[in-house]
Amino acid sequence: MAYSDKVIDHYNNPRNVGQLDKASTEVGTGLVGAPECGDVMRLQIRVNPETQVIEEAKFKTFGCGSAIASSSLATEWIKGRTVDDALAIKNTDIVKELSLPPVKIHCSVLAEDAIRAAIGDWKKKNGAAETADAATVTAAH
Amino acid sequence: MSTKVHSNVEVPAGVHLPIYMDNHATSPLDPRVLEAMMPYFTNKFGNAASRNHSFGWEAEQAVETAREQIAKLIGATAKEIIFTSGATESNNLAIKGIAEMYRERGNHIITQVTEHKAVLDTCKRLEKYGYRVTYLPVKADGLIDMEDLRRAMDDKTILVSIMAANNEIGVLQPIAEIGKLCHEKGVIFHTDAVQAVGKVPIDIIADNIDVLSLSGHKIYGPKGVGALYVRRRNPRVQIAAQIDGGGHERGMRSGTLNVPGIVGLGKACEIAREEMATESAYLTGLRDRLKAKLESELDYVHVNGSMEHRLPGNLNMSFVYVEGESLLMGINDVAVSSGSACTSATLEPSYVLKALGLGDDVAHSSIRFGLGRFNTQAEVDYVAAKVIDIVKKLRQLSPLYEMVLEGIDLTKIQWAAH
Repeated sequence: MAYSDKVIDHYNNPRNVGQLDKASTEVGTGLVGAPECGDVMRLQIRVNPETQVIEEAKFKTFGCGSAIASSSLATEWIKGRTVDDALAIKNTDIVKELSLPPVKIHCSVLAEDAIRAAIGDWKKKNGAAETADAATVTAAH
Repeated sequence: MSTKVHSNVEVPAGVHLPIYMDNHATSPLDPRVLEAMMPYFTNKFGNAASRNHSFGWEAEQAVETAREQIAKLIGATAKEIIFTSGATESNNLAIKGIAEMYRERGNHIITQVTEHKAVLDTCKRLEKYGYRVTYLPVKADGLIDMEDLRRAMDDKTILVSIMAANNEIGVLQPIAEIGKLCHEKGVIFHTDAVQAVGKVPIDIIADNIDVLSLSGHKIYGPKGVGALYVRRRNPRVQIAAQIDGGGHERGMRSGTLNVPGIVGLGKACEIAREEMATESAYLTGLRDRLKAKLESELDYVHVNGSMEHRLPGNLNMSFVYVEGESLLMGINDVAVSSGSACTSATLEPSYVLKALGLGDDVAHSSIRFGLGRFNTQAEVDYVAAKVIDIVKKLRQLSPLYEMVLEGIDLTKIQWAAH
C-alpha cells in the first residue's frame, strides 16, 4: 500500500508520544479500539481548568501506520484548542489532511473517538453535564 | 519526548536493498533455469503437439525431458506428470476431477482448515454440488490429529486432500502417515505440495501419495507453469478433465503446452533435487540464526506453528503488542509478509493463524519470513537488527505494551469492539 507523505512523516516522527498522570483531575484519558481489531489508541489531554484550553496532549497507539498517523495528528490539532473547539474536529478532516484511502477511514474514526473519549473522561471528572453523550461515542464505532 | 520510528540500522557491505525474504509468495528465477528456457522463446518455438516436423519434435523432446526431471524429484514416472498453469489449476483439477470421476463411489471429501484457498474454495464449490466436505481442525502446532482424520473417514469418503507444507507457517503435515491411512481405507490421497516440493524430500511411493500439486515459481522456476502428479499404478487414479479441447496431457488437460515454462520447471526440479540437502541445511542455519537473534533481543515474541515439523526456510513470528502492518512500514526495505488484517484484501487477520487458536491480536502482530536460496547471512543479520530496532520503537508507541509492563491484564479490559 502506498502511504501519503504526511502519513509517513507522522509514522517516522510521531508527535506527542507518551502519557499523562491519569489520576490528575486536569487529565482526561480516552482508550478506544480493541487488540482483536488490530488497533488501540490511548489519547490523553491536560486541560487548564481556568481557560478550558487543552495545554497538553499525549498518545500511544497500537495499530497500522495510518492509525499512528491519525492519532499523532489528532494530538497536534487539539493542543491549544478549547475543549469545545476540539470536539469540532471530524474524522473527515483527518482523512483529508492525511489523504487516507477508503480502507483506512476507520483509523480516522478511531482518532475522533479517542478525542471524544478523552474529553468525556475529563468532563466526567469535572462534573460536567455532557458526560453521558461523550462516553457512548466510543462504543458506537 | 522525541520518539522516532525511523531506523538507523547500518547496512552491511555486500547487502543490497531492498532485501527479498518472501520466498513463500514467489521465488526469484534461478539464472540456470532462465538459461535453459531461453532457446524455447526464440529458435525452438515449436508446438509440442506438432507431430509432423522437427520444430514439433524438438519441443516435444524438451517437454519429455522436463517430465522426467519433475518425476525424478518426487519418485514418480514421467507418464504420471500432467502440466498445468500452476498449482491453483493443479489443485482445482485434482479435487474437481476426482470428485467428478468417483461420484458413484461416494461424495465425501476430507481436507483441513489451514489449506490454501485454492483447495478450500474448490471444496466449498463442490459442497454446492452435493458433496460433503469435512474440514479437519489443526492442533496448536498447526498439525492435524491423525485420530481426527481416521474418525472423519466413512464409506462415502473418496478423497483426502491435505497439504504437505503450509504457505504461512511452513508446518509439515504428516503426509506419509496420511497416505498410509488413505491406502488402508482405499481413499485417494491428494496433497498440495507447492511449498514442500524441492524443499523437503517427497517420495510418492514411500509417502503413499496418489495425486500431488506443484508449481514452478516457488522453486526458483517460472510463473504460470505447474504440474499435477497422477498415480498410474496401485491404485490407478482417474481424473475427469476440467478443461476440454485438443486432448493434450492424456486427455486430462487440454491446451497447447507452455514449452519454455515447462523446460524451466523441469530444470528447477533438477536443481532442487541435486541441491536439496545442502540448501536445506543452509536455510535451516539462516532461519535459526534469525530466530535466535530476534528472541535474544525482544520479549513477547513467539513462533507460530511447530518448529520441529517445519520447512527449512520458514519463520513465522508474532511480535506481540506491535501491529504487523506498522512493522512492515518500518522495515520497508525488507520484503516479508504479515498475517495482519490491514495487509489482507479481506481486512481479516490470517485464518491460518486463527486456526492455531491464536487470538486475533497475535495474528495482527505476525510476520512471515520466507528465506530462500539467494538470501545471505549478512542479509539475515541486517533484517534481524532492523526488526529489533523497529519493534522496540513501535513498542514505545504501544499502549498495550506499556499496560502489560505495568502488570495490567489486557484480557480483563472491556474493549469497545468496532
